[in-house]
Amino acid sequence: MKVTLFIPCFVDLMFPKVGISIVQILERLGHSIECPRQITCCGQPAYNSGYWDEARGVARKVLQSLEAAEVVVIASGSCGAMLKVFYPELFTGTAQADAALRLAGKVYEFSDFLVTKLGITELGARFEAKVTFHDGCHGLRELGTYDQPRKLLGKVRGLTLVEMQEKTCCGFGGTFAAKFPMISTAMGEVRCAVAKATGAEYIVSNDSSCLMHLQGLLDRQRSPLKTIHLAEVLAQS
Amino acid sequence: MSTASSEFKIQARRLTADLHHRQVIQTALGKYEVVRDKTKGAFQDWSAARQAAAEIKWEAINHLDKYLPQFVERLEARGTKVHWASTGTQAREIILAILEQKKAKCIVKSKAMTSEEIHLNEALARAGYEVVESDLGEFIVQLRQEAPYHIVFPAMHLARGEISEVFTRELGSAPTQNPEDLTLIARRVLRQKYLAADVGFTGANFAVAETGMISITENEGNARLTAALPKTMVTLLGLEKILPRLEDLALFLPMLSTMGTGQPLTCYNSLYSGPRQLGEPDGPEEYHVILLDNRRTELLADAEQRDALHCIRCGACLNVCPIFRNVGGHTYGTTYSGPIGSVLTPHLRGLQEWKHLSYASSLCGACTETCPVKINLHHHLLHNRRNAARQRPALGEKLAFRIFALVMNHPRVYGLAAKAGRWLQKLHPLVKGGRLDPARAWTQTRELPPVASQTFKEYWRARQPGQ
Repeated sequence: MKVTLFIPCFVDLMFPKVGISIVQILERLGHSIECPRQITCCGQPAYNSGYWDEARGVARKVLQSLEAAEVVVIASGSCGAMLKVFYPELFTGTAQADAALRLAGKVYEFSDFLVTKLGITELGARFEAKVTFHDGCHGLRELGTYDQPRKLLGKVRGLTLVEMQEKTCCGFGGTFAAKFPMISTAMGEVRCAVAKATGAEYIVSNDSSCLMHLQGLLDRQRSPLKTIHLAEVLAQS
Repeated sequence: MSTASSEFKIQARRLTADLHHRQVIQTALGKYEVVRDKTKGAFQDWSAARQAAAEIKWEAINHLDKYLPQFVERLEARGTKVHWASTGTQAREIILAILEQKKAKCIVKSKAMTSEEIHLNEALARAGYEVVESDLGEFIVQLRQEAPYHIVFPAMHLARGEISEVFTRELGSAPTQNPEDLTLIARRVLRQKYLAADVGFTGANFAVAETGMISITENEGNARLTAALPKTMVTLLGLEKILPRLEDLALFLPMLSTMGTGQPLTCYNSLYSGPRQLGEPDGPEEYHVILLDNRRTELLADAEQRDALHCIRCGACLNVCPIFRNVGGHTYGTTYSGPIGSVLTPHLRGLQEWKHLSYASSLCGACTETCPVKINLHHHLLHNRRNAARQRPALGEKLAFRIFALVMNHPRVYGLAAKAGRWLQKLHPLVKGGRLDPARAWTQTRELPPVASQTFKEYWRARQPGQ
């Protein structure tokens, strides 16, 4: 299958290994990959801040660039939700309304693509560690991605998955983390404490933005608990 | 920044740093979640129940033109005097006029968030009336001269010791840590007030259009005494409380208590349909019902967010909200706190003054997931943000997002920005966490990951020399 890969801006800039791992996994499965050069960001920061005109300015370019794609795999539940759930609302009543709906129909968050679209859970990965899984809220509640990453982790040799007590937000929330740093930090601290209570060595997630927030707090706390993206776990052998 | 916004930030900073408060609230709500889930499990099909409830509220709210007159007609047929109040001021005037006409001195109240909304207690106290809250939690916060902390659990932030302290100070009772003793102290005081009160004041959980009845849900029996003992009864309710049919309560009463407190049903559920009828042995001689608009009809006119009027005030969205759980109820500075408060308050009290509440959210969606009547709460926060930015954009922010759009739309500029970032971050340690740090909001409490030595785009280009 020809897969069009959407690597969101912050993954591109700060977590390139996530993108590289996805490329490795999909190529190993025999798919050909393209990454449109003109795509950088989904526009979510502007959208979430209420600046829908500016968000549309970015999103329109995404729509054009992905018009011809057969299937789009995106390396973030949050940006995936932007394309799948929020673009159709953003473009309601505009000339791009249909294009937004067409795109929404062919976008898959990475773990969802493997499990739902390809029907694959076994990737031959090995990762010797006790891990816990953090669900990014957008992936969990906007896209309904819950079982998919767990099915994939269940097949990783040497890996033990322990669930956290609660399914709460990590406190990132995009511009929220900068606008209300005290609340965002408190939420993150609560989340880190819940993760630590599992005794896991790693927090795994399918969203780098949550991991960026949690790792930022854990580093400041000098905690040995580490974060790692699902794709990086699955690419290990 | 509005006054309300800066006050919110000050209080949020204080409360998020208060680890004792965090512990108290997380523990209390953690217990709530366990009981709630157990009770939810008793529903044959919870998601079908939510869907049915959402549809019934949709029917009611979208046909208020039919159901409100029906409700009023049935109530009046049994001798109730119905009043319409467009604003909080009007509602207060109506209530004051009733009290004056009845030559009342003492008013006993059962729990009513609408009365908080119109700041009734302050108005009554100013006019020289004695007002006593009869719900235990409300009674406690009234003695502390505080607003309710939570729409269902007004005193959930207080430990027994703090309750004992205020009882000792205000009522002269002996200090005790025993919850039963504390309850008995309140009861001794309140029983006298029920007998002394000239007017009993209540809110309403539901208003049944079909039969013209007010439905009140409670656990302490205080609303029953408030309604039954004084000669005059007054009920204030928002006009969104309507349910079309009596049988709808079969769904809504268990749903409200399941999500409100985790109980299958609260201890008391009463229906009031008018004053004492001929031949009836008890009940108030006179019954007044005040229907409050207070900008609800403006929200009704907003097709996008109209479903916010479906709210049954169960408090479930507050309980699961990580913002509420960290900043607490008082920080909001509003009658309705938590996600529903952040959605409603800009409509009830002004978008620009209260828009910060819509921004103070990570948009995690736990509220929408839990809401029993399926209000699209966290998407409405996005709608409020859009409306606020459209109506009055913050110029600096708008410019920043213009530049953002420009950079993101030009991959070359984006690539240069990445390179510049990589170079500039070498200087970051010089200012990190300090006043000159542009990323200060982040770096004060968190480490920031660096721009990678090779971005994904650079990796991809290196791999595909043709592109």
